[in-house]
Amino acid sequence: MTVAAEMSRPPAAASPAAAMLEVRDLHTRYGRVEALSGIDLRVPEGQIVSVIGANGAGKSTLLNSIMGVLPSSGEVLYRGESLRGVPLEARVAQGIGLVPERRDLFSSMTVADNLHLGAYSRRRLPWKADLDEVYARFPRLLERRKQLAGTLSGGEQQMLAIGRALMGRPKLLLLDEPSLGLAPLIVRDILKIVQGLQQSGVTVLLVEQNARASLAISDYAYVLETGQVGLSGPAGELARDERLSASYLGG
Amino acid sequence: MTVNPRTLLSGVAVLALLLLPALLPTYQVTLLVYVLIYSVVALGLILLTGVVGLTSFGQAAFMGLGAYTSAVLSTQAHWNPWLTLLAGLVVTGVVALILGLVTLRMQGHYLPLATIAWGSSLYYTFGNSPALGNFTGITNIPALNFFGVILSTPRSFAYLALAALLLSAVGAQFLLSSRTGRAMRALRGGPLVAEAFGVGIFRLRVQVFVLSALLASVGGWLYAFNQRFVNPSPFGVHAGIEYLFMAVVGGSQHVWGALLGAGLITQLRDVLRDLLPRLLGQQGNLETIVFGILVILTLQFAPRGLWPLLERVLPPATLPRLPASAPFADRLKPTPGVPLLQVEHAEKRFGGLRAVADVSFELRAGEILGLIGPNGAGKSTMFNLITGVNAATSGRVTFSGHDITRAGPGAVHRLGLARTFQHVKVLPELSLLANAMMGGYSRAHAGMLASMLHLERREESALQHEALRHLERVGLGSQALSLAGNLALGQQRLLEVARALVADPTLLLLDEPAAGLRYGEKVELAALLRRLREDGVTVLIVEHDMDLVMNLVDRLVVMSSGEKLAEGTPEEIRRHPAVREAYLGVDMQEGAA
Amino acid sequence: MQIFDTAIFPVLTADGLTTGAVYALLALALVLVFAVTRVIFIPQGEFVVFGTLTLASFQLGKVPGTLGLLLSLLTVAAVMEGFTQLRQRQPRRALLVLAGAAVTGAAYWALLEWAAPLKPALWVQVLLTLALVAPLGPLLYRTVYQPLQNATVLVLLIASVALSSVLTGLALVFFGPEGSRTPAFVQGNLSVGQLTVSQQSLLVILVSAALMLALYAFFERTMAGKALRATAVNRLGARLVGISPSSAGLLTYTLAAGIGALGGMLIGPTVALGYDSGFLIGLKGFVGAILGGLVSYPLAAAGALLVGLIESYASFSLSAWKEVIVFTLILPVLLWRSLTTRHIPEEDE
Repeated sequence: MTVAAEMSRPPAAASPAAAMLEVRDLHTRYGRVEALSGIDLRVPEGQIVSVIGANGAGKSTLLNSIMGVLPSSGEVLYRGESLRGVPLEARVAQGIGLVPERRDLFSSMTVADNLHLGAYSRRRLPWKADLDEVYARFPRLLERRKQLAGTLSGGEQQMLAIGRALMGRPKLLLLDEPSLGLAPLIVRDILKIVQGLQQSGVTVLLVEQNARASLAISDYAYVLETGQVGLSGPAGELARDERLSASYLGG
Repeated sequence: MTVNPRTLLSGVAVLALLLLPALLPTYQVTLLVYVLIYSVVALGLILLTGVVGLTSFGQAAFMGLGAYTSAVLSTQAHWNPWLTLLAGLVVTGVVALILGLVTLRMQGHYLPLATIAWGSSLYYTFGNSPALGNFTGITNIPALNFFGVILSTPRSFAYLALAALLLSAVGAQFLLSSRTGRAMRALRGGPLVAEAFGVGIFRLRVQVFVLSALLASVGGWLYAFNQRFVNPSPFGVHAGIEYLFMAVVGGSQHVWGALLGAGLITQLRDVLRDLLPRLLGQQGNLETIVFGILVILTLQFAPRGLWPLLERVLPPATLPRLPASAPFADRLKPTPGVPLLQVEHAEKRFGGLRAVADVSFELRAGEILGLIGPNGAGKSTMFNLITGVNAATSGRVTFSGHDITRAGPGAVHRLGLARTFQHVKVLPELSLLANAMMGGYSRAHAGMLASMLHLERREESALQHEALRHLERVGLGSQALSLAGNLALGQQRLLEVARALVADPTLLLLDEPAAGLRYGEKVELAALLRRLREDGVTVLIVEHDMDLVMNLVDRLVVMSSGEKLAEGTPEEIRRHPAVREAYLGVDMQEGAA
Repeated sequence: MQIFDTAIFPVLTADGLTTGAVYALLALALVLVFAVTRVIFIPQGEFVVFGTLTLASFQLGKVPGTLGLLLSLLTVAAVMEGFTQLRQRQPRRALLVLAGAAVTGAAYWALLEWAAPLKPALWVQVLLTLALVAPLGPLLYRTVYQPLQNATVLVLLIASVALSSVLTGLALVFFGPEGSRTPAFVQGNLSVGQLTVSQQSLLVILVSAALMLALYAFFERTMAGKALRATAVNRLGARLVGISPSSAGLLTYTLAAGIGALGGMLIGPTVALGYDSGFLIGLKGFVGAILGGLVSYPLAAAGALLVGLIESYASFSLSAWKEVIVFTLILPVLLWRSLTTRHIPEEDE
């Protein structure tokens, strides 16, 4: 049931760039259930790495464990330093941003307030320039800056969630299913934006169920199957691999 | 027959309690009487707050109703004091019924706030009514006469209070180990399980609320004839709060937590009344400081109270196996191949969101049908439409020939549908057997009174027999008496299947039964489901694990974005292009729209 | 009816608005605490009592008993925090916490021993009272509620009720059984035509209104205020932008205690308060807050004003029954609120 074979070269050799994030033997349990059993993963600086897999494979759990939303055992290294014992809020201040699956916006506050709060972790620094940058990236948000976040459409909420995370000037951005519940055209927009982030120097770890689309913009990818890494490899190679569809549709 | 050590220990404890009033010095006996009276009141809170999960700060007010009714009738109308007990129960019962009907629809924290409100109102009503002697109260209440014995000394009264406590405690214990008791416990974990097995939640809540008020009323009657006078102060909200403290500290989910909590707080008060004024140089109700701190520490360090700590050193409880009796008649099963469940153009909107849009499919008796789809496809909503948790906005759902589009979960269950839950919902502190017996709730009929008197043993025995049979069927027969909380997740899921089977369903709905299971457990689950199909059970399964689904089901319905995408055999579905796209996503370059 | 007599009605209305304004302040604090920390803060009324009684002690040139309470809580909180730091293997921070607490405690003690007998000006006394009562909020949060962070609303409610018992008892220890009335900040009356209102009443209403405006500005304009709102709306979202729930909690309880103390000083000249008055006052603020469903600030304030008015009218015609009336009124409101609020069932454990 698990396609255990590792593909081609090991990830470390895939890129000479230093690792922004390294995960070693990560285990996460919900009570008696082990949701992640020994994940190893590496995100080189400046790349987009995606984690794909069917429902319930543990993708969100992985991001939440890396971020410290969920307690886990194993090692998470951010820019070479262990994050053990570092609370979630401190991870944000160190430059890790998470856009969660449920977006977790401040729905009864305005778009502008949501973005303003995005700069909370670095509030002693000027943030107006960042706000202009976010508005430039998402003109829709500028139009709707006085609207309450809860009244935005799904795609706009996703943009706001990403924009809010960007206000914290993350070096590493963790994106949890940004395409979830969005129409195909909007999915395309969102993923183009993710590509744009890479160009402005943000390293991205992208979790997606939408395998084809996320592989198209990623440098490297891991396929998660019930809490373990099944396949991994350069995104282009994985996209052509027949075993990928088997991992989604059974076989 | 061997004697269970726990029964032996209970016997010794009761004997000790019986000897206490005779052996203790008078002052201690006086204290004991209060402990016993408070225990009766706290016992009501154990049932209401600990077991069912409804927090009340107003028990003291119900106690006041009992006490004042007895006081007025025995002093002004010269009723026989024993008759005033009945009158007090009637008055309290009526008031509680009205308050319950009005407030028990409240959710979460609204209910406890409401109890503070009406508790205060009743207290000020006692204090401001000239007929009740205002804040001075009513004096000269006669002593109780028990067949010529005047109960005017603490020693004699202690036996009355003891009898009251033992009777109430045994009744409560009987109640908890019955069909109604299991339903009460199920309420605490949220309404879903109870509703799914046909429990009338509001009715049961009201019943328990009234029962706890009646226990408080008995406490009030005892209080009045022990003190021989009443005034409002022991019946205010602060007293009500203290009863809740007793339950919390003693252990709010255990019948004997009431006695432990009442004893601890009463003894502590007695010590502190002397100690604190000397220590702090101030007179007054200083013991509330210690009580409050005690409660906060209990909540922080032993949220289930002190009784469970004691329980650890006691011999484990065992469930007596009841003698075999006539089994339940099985439901008539439909002929294989006959349509059992029909969904026609079902649609569900939440505000502007269409969670399910125009979905139709049919389930035939004897088959296993899989319902699959990516995240957010609307499977859970579809599941809720079938089980009666939500009603469809438009369209029709028919089950066994009945239109169930608007039927609630209980009604759908009684028509022969039983389910399991995606997030396992078993009662961890109960045995596997008791959990499984919960599934047969709607096959039995005994009410609260019959349960308290254990008049339903015949029916209970049939239930027990059924539960054991199905536990064996899923492979858990040998562990029937261990606690459900000690099982691994996979076994808990099997327990949920057994619980559903005890209901003798014509249709079994499984909500992601493989989620979180290990490989071996999944194999076991698949084998069980195949066996069930051979026995003619019809199954609808919502599941993510494709390996499991594809190798198990006869047919599949695939949903995506609220719509039905495809329907067919596993092989057809695996090759279906739209299904592949829904699962693997659209290609960016091709840009499907 | 006599109550609508032109001479009496305006007086009752003014009285009602004055106490109502103070209830409104409490209602705002209760809504805030509930929104940010899910705690139904029954002990809010105790801060009112502490405010009045602390100011009354200063009036007499005595060191208020609040100091003892503050120092004991500071000790417990410091030990708890030190212990937490030790468990996280941070012995230096643990020492720092203990040393910091010791210095703070000593400074408070020295300041009050020196200042109190001097009977400083009223406004200095007001500031000292605030400085004594406001820190009780965060200290109680640290010692009582923070360890229960993951508990259900119902468990937190029971903890609140228990805390209220503790504080009432401690108020008796530190202030004694006698109630106190504080002097009015301003003397004299103001007459407009037939209407005569005491200047103190006007002051109470004005200060309350000003405080509400200040709170509004705080929540709308400042990052700290927005952070509190954000925590209330979505805890995980707040954490993801770097707002720690504990710091939000500490700030919330500081505000709540400060508002309570101020309310106590405002109401002190009008109502005689004893050590045990807090529970009832808090509950009345609560009735107001419930009217706003524990969510809406303006509705909560309006509800509290209404409670003040009802109580004032009732105390004239049915004085003995005023509590019954106020508490019975809450039932339909609770029912209405409970049935109209979407409720996500909480699961125990």
